[in-house]
Amino acid sequence: MMNQSNNNTSGIDFTALLKESGIASLVALGLAIVLVGFKTVDTPTGMDIATRWVWVLVAVASVFVGRMLFAFRRESKASRAPVHVDLEAKEKRSAIIVNRFSTIGGPIFIGFALVLPFMPFADRYVVDVATYVLIYVMLGWGLNIVVGLAGLLDLGYVAFYAVGAYSYALFAAYFDLSFWVCLPLAGLCAAGFGVLLGFPVLRLRGDYLAIVTLGFGEIIRVILLNWYEFTGGPDGLSGIPRPSFFGLELKRTASDGSQTFAQFFNLDYSTMHRLIFLYYLILILALLTNFFTIRIRKMPIGRAWEALREDEIACRSLGINPTNTKLTAFALGAMFAGFAGSFFATRQAFISPESFTFIESAVILAIVVLGGMGSQVGVAIAAVLLIGGTELFRGLEEFRMLAFGGLMVAIMVWKPRGLLAHREPTIKLHPDGAPPPMKQAATEGGVK
Amino acid sequence: MEYFIQQLINGVTLGSIYGLIAIGYTMVYGIIGMINFAHGDIFLIGAFISLITFLVLGIIGITWIPLALLIVLLVSMIIASIYGWTVERLAYRPLRGSFRLAPLISAIGMSIFLQNYVQLLQGARVRPMQPVISGGFTFLEGSAFSITVSYLQIVIVLLTIILMTAFALIISRTSLGRAQRGCEQDRTMSALLGINVDRTISLTFVMGAALAAVAGMLFVLYYGVIDFYIGFLAGVKAFTAAVLGGIGSLPGAMLGGLLIGLIETYWSAYFSIEYKDVAAFAILVLVLIFRPTGLLGKPEIEKV
Repeated sequence: MMNQSNNNTSGIDFTALLKESGIASLVALGLAIVLVGFKTVDTPTGMDIATRWVWVLVAVASVFVGRMLFAFRRESKASRAPVHVDLEAKEKRSAIIVNRFSTIGGPIFIGFALVLPFMPFADRYVVDVATYVLIYVMLGWGLNIVVGLAGLLDLGYVAFYAVGAYSYALFAAYFDLSFWVCLPLAGLCAAGFGVLLGFPVLRLRGDYLAIVTLGFGEIIRVILLNWYEFTGGPDGLSGIPRPSFFGLELKRTASDGSQTFAQFFNLDYSTMHRLIFLYYLILILALLTNFFTIRIRKMPIGRAWEALREDEIACRSLGINPTNTKLTAFALGAMFAGFAGSFFATRQAFISPESFTFIESAVILAIVVLGGMGSQVGVAIAAVLLIGGTELFRGLEEFRMLAFGGLMVAIMVWKPRGLLAHREPTIKLHPDGAPPPMKQAATEGGVK
Repeated sequence: MEYFIQQLINGVTLGSIYGLIAIGYTMVYGIIGMINFAHGDIFLIGAFISLITFLVLGIIGITWIPLALLIVLLVSMIIASIYGWTVERLAYRPLRGSFRLAPLISAIGMSIFLQNYVQLLQGARVRPMQPVISGGFTFLEGSAFSITVSYLQIVIVLLTIILMTAFALIISRTSLGRAQRGCEQDRTMSALLGINVDRTISLTFVMGAALAAVAGMLFVLYYGVIDFYIGFLAGVKAFTAAVLGGIGSLPGAMLGGLLIGLIETYWSAYFSIEYKDVAAFAILVLVLIFRPTGLLGKPEIEKV
């Protein structure tokens, strides 16, 4: 009776709820029964099987309860009087929030990043992680040119990162060039590879481009892995020289004819100096990427990229050469990956093909898309969340990537356009306040 | 010459496995226009389920090979189908109608998730399996190179042919196949004509996953070792095969699979085994440059 009256007031059909949860838990049982229920174990004579029925039970029960709660929430929401939602006002409100966030958030982020090494909590570990995160911020901004602005889906971005890293390591090893000479060279090399790859494939439609770039990333990795005499194969290259600070070395003892940083400034030697120096180096490189992107968006070529992303046919009829325009975006994106790569090489002092797997490309792409394509602040936030966040869970090594994958799916389902999705139109025909002639399709970006 | 023929046989076997996986890619791409990145991981799951089922059957005492094979085939197909269905339901359906990159990112996330899920549950070590089907025919015995066709290779190719035929029949003759072809051409119109589009798409994923599971089982039988990383490479190559054959086209997927299998085998046989993956991708790039729609794909006309 109690149940009945409850049914009447809230309008929730509990049998339907039970049925729904039952089906969900049946599916979970099907999913779990073999892969979770049995575990293959090595024995001296071969393989054996162990069972884990408790795990299956836990999985099924938690799916049942979870589905029940989810469905209950949904039903109780639906049974309430429908609320009128003004979509346009909502959109406008979120646009204002995002806008404000971008204008205020940006400088705050930069300010925080500038003082971070001198904060009281900034020990070796913090600065090191921050450097690591900044590499991904820079890569994200670099890829943003390709994916966010030009709308080209690049799944092999890590190849250019690898080219940058290896070209610095090899230039330093064979020609004894310093980091500062190699940095532009590495960028040029990566951009060269970008042109080389881009020229034949950029005529292809989006998905084909994705698969070809993915293939290219793998090719580079396989070559690095197998060309033993030149790249060291799986052993990688080690002993990559560190950068100097205007000729001052950041070492304990200076080599002949030069001074160390500590000697010059009359400081006690500390390994922190080098870490902080590397931190600022990548910060400057990353900000350079950011500045470059912001400026080039206002130039004809940047406008052409964004126009091309929105409608290729329209661009072609307006006399924009799609292949050349895409090629510049591809090459410039590759160049920044090259810079980041050579920084990575000098920071690690050791590189191997291990660091340049497809998963890296996926992570960088995830940063760009999760951040809201084209949004510079969004990309930075996504990098901090994904890289910094997973760094926090380093102790749980095995669950880290599992959570990473799950998080990617969850954020996409929750916010398909990314965290900071709103994008201001690059150019406004009518200034704010004046009534627009048509609805501005400002948020209708994305890859065509 | 004998060596050449031997490699031909090996290549066709490998190509059959790639072809089976490629079908899943090509169907999903045809119907909703997305790269189902997690498909390679469904293949991985199929392979692991087959391995576990074989071991369990061995423990229970079912050792008559045809029966054991049949049970493993059914179990892996059914469970992989549930995985395929769940992946579509959780990660892709909420994003339908969203902008284009969203499902792709979701799929990449799903792929990472599934790969680590398998690693977590079954361990990161390589899993070996005793050969189940051994023996074969040997031709030209006594000469410098004899040609061997193992029973296993025959089973793989036959099973692939049977499944392909069944599949082609489903697509061309049944109402489900008609619904799928309808959704491929125009989803809105199909919905207006009373086709349950969501259900059709789900079933497409289920069918693709079932075929990938078969490929997984054949992979376990053929190579005898698996680890949690096989899904990625096999997935990428199968996708390459699908693009090579012309994405969206079923015979194209099979043809592409065979070609990739042959290219890889011949490359490893005559040039270098290290660069076999490079060969497959290089061919892909060449094909895309000179024939962007793939070998059997229809050219797409872009309209404003």
